[in-house]
Amino acid sequence: MLNNKLQISLSGITLANPIIPASGTYGFGDEFAELYDINCLGGISFKGTTREARYGNPLPRIAECGNYGMINAVGLQNPGVEHVIAHELPRLKSHYNGCIVANVSGFSVQDYVETCALLDKEPIDILEVNISCPNVHNGGMAFGTSPEAAAEVTVAVKAVTTKPVYMKLSPNVTDIVAIAKACEAAGADGLCLINTLLGMRIDIRRRRPVIANRYGGYSGSGIFPLALRMVNQVARATNLPIIGCGGVSSAEDVIEMMMAGATAVEVGAANLTNPMVAKEIIDRLPALMDELKIDKLTDIIGIVNHE
Amino acid sequence: MKQLTFEIKSNEQIAKNVYRMQLCGDTTGILPGQFVNIRVQGQFLRRPISVCNVEPSLNNAEPLLTIIYKVVGVGTEAMSHLPVGTQLDVLTVLGNGYDLSKAGDAPLLVGGGVGVPPMYMLARQLREAGKKVRVILGFNTQDEVFYEDEFRALGCDVTVTTVDGSHGVKGFVTNALDGKQSYYYTCGPLPMIKALLQAIGTHGEVSMEERMGCGFGACMGCTIQTTHGPKRVCKEGPVFPAEILQL
Repeated sequence: MLNNKLQISLSGITLANPIIPASGTYGFGDEFAELYDINCLGGISFKGTTREARYGNPLPRIAECGNYGMINAVGLQNPGVEHVIAHELPRLKSHYNGCIVANVSGFSVQDYVETCALLDKEPIDILEVNISCPNVHNGGMAFGTSPEAAAEVTVAVKAVTTKPVYMKLSPNVTDIVAIAKACEAAGADGLCLINTLLGMRIDIRRRRPVIANRYGGYSGSGIFPLALRMVNQVARATNLPIIGCGGVSSAEDVIEMMMAGATAVEVGAANLTNPMVAKEIIDRLPALMDELKIDKLTDIIGIVNHE
Repeated sequence: MKQLTFEIKSNEQIAKNVYRMQLCGDTTGILPGQFVNIRVQGQFLRRPISVCNVEPSLNNAEPLLTIIYKVVGVGTEAMSHLPVGTQLDVLTVLGNGYDLSKAGDAPLLVGGGVGVPPMYMLARQLREAGKKVRVILGFNTQDEVFYEDEFRALGCDVTVTTVDGSHGVKGFVTNALDGKQSYYYTCGPLPMIKALLQAIGTHGEVSMEERMGCGFGACMGCTIQTTHGPKRVCKEGPVFPAEILQL
């Protein structure tokens, strides 16, 4: 059911509501479709896709962090973009009518270019370019940790696609605003932030890291205040639409994220612990908006920055 | 997958660090070898626990779900303190379960430690199908042994092994093999699985255990490599044909 109060727009694409399950926490929606009609979602950011198939990292890949989150080092396990185009995307498209966000990763600029060029011909709405991956041609430094490398990927991807390009930023940087501005200057249509924070846990009985990869990405409600701060900093420094992401697990968090400057909001790790959470948030939003005297969500985007 | 509310009917210690919890709720569709994923207050991730049994309750009300779990960390420790009457948020009908059609006339079931519980529902259904079921239960010491009598009550031929010899046959489950099984089903620690496959080959199926994120196929946290490509333990598993495993 379309509720105009919840409707938002990203680069001219209308979403019935701002809620998008974050890449890597939702697969291609199949598991969640067993529990509810996923057409209630404003969008779906599908599992991070690379040029070639990847098994990912050795096990264990998951470590818990108390009640506040988890660390994952899955390592972008995916069947590769051609398999996604041949199988996963048609399946998703056959039972989902909302905004499809294609999350893309690469280990060289050429990887990003080839993957995005292939997806350009497909029925996806937005390209979400994950630049938290290590650049194999530059000593493994992540693209998203340097303004120049982030801009280089942005320009290269923009050159091969007509889809809106949203750069997904890494929080593991000194100055996320500098990266965001570099992406904006390079022609990005929007930004998505934040990706996971690099973290670690140690098994004190076995005296070794819990995760086989040693470090992994920390996500969950514990990172929400950091994500909110970064969204707000970037919203104040750029004019691009922002998909806010990081620790969102309630309708209240969504409102907060939008007030900080996000136009849409991704829900990540919370999907893994409560598979109904995205639908529960969407169902709860109208009553919460009434309580907060919000007529429509577009009225509150970046409202704390208007003073 | 279903998300359901269950109520704790009992939660008691049955061996060293091992607890049995009986839950009242809708058990429809649960197969032997499947698991449930339980939300525990104060923990971010759910706790995946294999199903030991489902049965109709005595007063013919809602059916009972039995799980047996070992206290290994803060989550299972918290579970062990949950009082009767507590309502739990449970994801159920998870994973694939054992393939009973392959059992043959004389299947062998091998459980090690907390790999024993899923063998119980499997043994019960195989017995109901008229199979001659042999069960080997492996533990470290006598104080860890559980469910020996319960398997006997099903009419299974039961051998218990303990590493220190304090109960049953001294040694490992592999010390109790007779090679006469038509097929085998197993669940237990990785060293036991490896030794078992080496001893009796791959004409059987294995329930694997891995650290999970979601437990229902979304996060790719528990994917193992097999000769048939990557497989999610929580979704394509936890039960795999022994011949495709790369241990």
